[in-house]
Amino acid sequence: MGIKITVAESLVKCLETEGITKIFGYPGAAICPFYDKLMQSNIQHILVRHEINAGHAANGFARITGKPAVCVATSGPGATNLITAIATAYMDSIPMVIITGQVKTEQIGRDVFQEADITGAAEPFVKHSYLIKDAESVPEIVKKAFYIAGTGRPGPVLLDIPMDVQLEEIDFEYPESVEISSYKPKNEGNKLQIKRVADAVKEAEKPLICAGGGLFTSNAREIMVEIAEKAGIPVICTMMGISVMPYDHPLFLGMIGMHGRKTPNRAISECDLLILLGARVGDRAVMGMKNHHNLKVIHIDIDPAEIGKNLPVSIPVVGDLKAVLTQISEAVEPKRHKDWTEYLQELKSSENIIHQTPEIGVNPAAFLDELNKLLPDRCVISADVGQNQIWTANNIKLNSGRFITSGGMGAMGYSVPAAIGAKSACPEAEVIAICGDGSFQMQSMELATMIQHGIVVKIIIMANNRLGMVRELQTSLYDDRLTAVFLDGSPDFVKLADAYGIGGEYVSNISEAKTALENLINSDKPYVLQVKVDENERSVL
Amino acid sequence: MKHTISILVENNAGVLARISGLFARRGYNIHSLAVGVTDDENISRITIVAEGNDYTLEQIEKQLNKLIDVIKVRSLPADKLLSRELMLVKVNCNNAQRPELIAIAELSGAKISDVSKETMTLELSANESKIAVFEELLKPYGVKEVVRTGVVALQKGGGGL
Ligand SMILES: Cc1ncc(C[n+]2csc(CCOP(=O)(O)OP(=O)(O)O)c2C)c(N)n1
Repeated sequence: MGIKITVAESLVKCLETEGITKIFGYPGAAICPFYDKLMQSNIQHILVRHEINAGHAANGFARITGKPAVCVATSGPGATNLITAIATAYMDSIPMVIITGQVKTEQIGRDVFQEADITGAAEPFVKHSYLIKDAESVPEIVKKAFYIAGTGRPGPVLLDIPMDVQLEEIDFEYPESVEISSYKPKNEGNKLQIKRVADAVKEAEKPLICAGGGLFTSNAREIMVEIAEKAGIPVICTMMGISVMPYDHPLFLGMIGMHGRKTPNRAISECDLLILLGARVGDRAVMGMKNHHNLKVIHIDIDPAEIGKNLPVSIPVVGDLKAVLTQISEAVEPKRHKDWTEYLQELKSSENIIHQTPEIGVNPAAFLDELNKLLPDRCVISADVGQNQIWTANNIKLNSGRFITSGGMGAMGYSVPAAIGAKSACPEAEVIAICGDGSFQMQSMELATMIQHGIVVKIIIMANNRLGMVRELQTSLYDDRLTAVFLDGSPDFVKLADAYGIGGEYVSNISEAKTALENLINSDKPYVLQVKVDENERSVL
Repeated sequence: MKHTISILVENNAGVLARISGLFARRGYNIHSLAVGVTDDENISRITIVAEGNDYTLEQIEKQLNKLIDVIKVRSLPADKLLSRELMLVKVNCNNAQRPELIAIAELSGAKISDVSKETMTLELSANESKIAVFEELLKPYGVKEVVRTGVVALQKGGGGL
């Protein structure tokens, strides 16, 4: 027999038992019973300034810890404000447990004040969800939620809890483990398939690994590098896979795709064996790749539904990457592909062209190179969406740090709250958000969160006074008919930061970059750089 | 091409919405859907007839399998398909036509479930093609209303889900 406490209190106890130390949220009437009990706990609550940012912060937190992170909101508008963040986590397979308050059970379905069918609305974007009507089932459901969110292909799990249920008393006992008969994620890969992989690697003359975000999820980065080194296989990555391997590693080539670098795109069109690891191979990543004949594709993923979805696959392997790669590392034979790797390395180094200095503002690549020189070993770069994201993805050179961005959803407004989450998860790391002047204005309210909770995130705003990515699209596909991309009316961001008590400065040309970046890195408080970028600067290489 | 997909699910609230939502969201066409509890009251069996090529079918099965409440998914092989659908059909029927309709019912293995002065309601449980023929035979009399349950199916022989 457990102890008799309310559901609200048991929720807090469940979170404590799951090792949750920080949660991100925004209260309201329907979730007040939970907040009332959270107060007595050691769990730190970080009050964001908009629910979407509670979701993105949990996302950033989860990416750094690799474990499910928690965010909380109230019913109705609080819950619906979270939807974009839930969808963002879903697309990038980020483990999260989302708790929302709901109106009283007896009122559900009557369109009462602040009622929203959030489990219904979020259904396309959750790994699973529960509308909890049975108070006694709460501990078991919370246990299941963490289990489902964090295992297999991770994802967001939503718990919607009516206010009256939160106030009910139950016999509390947190289960140590749960069994879900209809949910059994696969771990190891099929032995026969592993053998086929090893054979294919042996036969290949121009093998190539394409590394995706799944390698972070299953903590399989090291074993991947080990295999690449043992079998002499060059590595390219997707946007979600950036920083999976040290940038300067001789086998690493860069990011593929529509916005990717020349060398990796060349490599993918010339290889004879492509090994996809934990990569969804999204449509933007594989552009122009499908008509490539004579290509053998090995796809290793935890989610069978991803295999063969966007690309025909010769050898599918379903399983947890770490487990499967461990099996493979034993099966592959040492090999060198001297000509192939040397050819690609040469291509890669020839890409380090001298950056032209524009008349107005900085060359983004040159600016990021200055940043590269100053980055400490432990760092997280959180890129937003737009040109700023592409510049960062293609030019940031991380050897031990971590890159995060909203890959699948491309949700503007992600970088700062995600950075807040990342910094909360790893306070020792230097955490820098890089965004555009458009996207910054979708998240600038979070400066207050940083100040209130002492979260030292640095922000670089690539200010081109345009919704640059859309401007670029209109230039190239709509005959330069520019509309709705002008950001006139934007504030002075340094002054805005100052209004929050945050320091900052302007970078108007590259000669100012070094000092400004040093100030940014050396600051032990949040810091904002407003970097001038020409409105006509391109992101397509 | 039509596929008959059999799905065993945990009998949880919202499971049907999850499954039909998945079909709608991913653009898979549902031809018919039938659901009912199995011998285990915690488990329901859903039979969906869906339209699509082999790629679509594979995706449907994989995506369904990802739903936490889904226990098992199987596309039933066409050559081993034992499928039935129940149809109730109300046709115009006067005194003179009654014997003819009784004959059609007998011929088709249908039952007569209700008779009124101007109508007759027939009930047929059969596979899709037989139901189609039956409907054709009744058309000349004037079909007033039709209701069908959607296909339920099992695999012939010893094998199953
Ligand atoms: C929430 C959201 N709304 C709209 C878009 C479409 N979109 C993609 S990039 C972009 C422009 C981003 O502008 P800015 O943040 O200034 O960055 P830049 O491209 O100029 O670097 C827009 C509007 C999006 N990705 N996300």
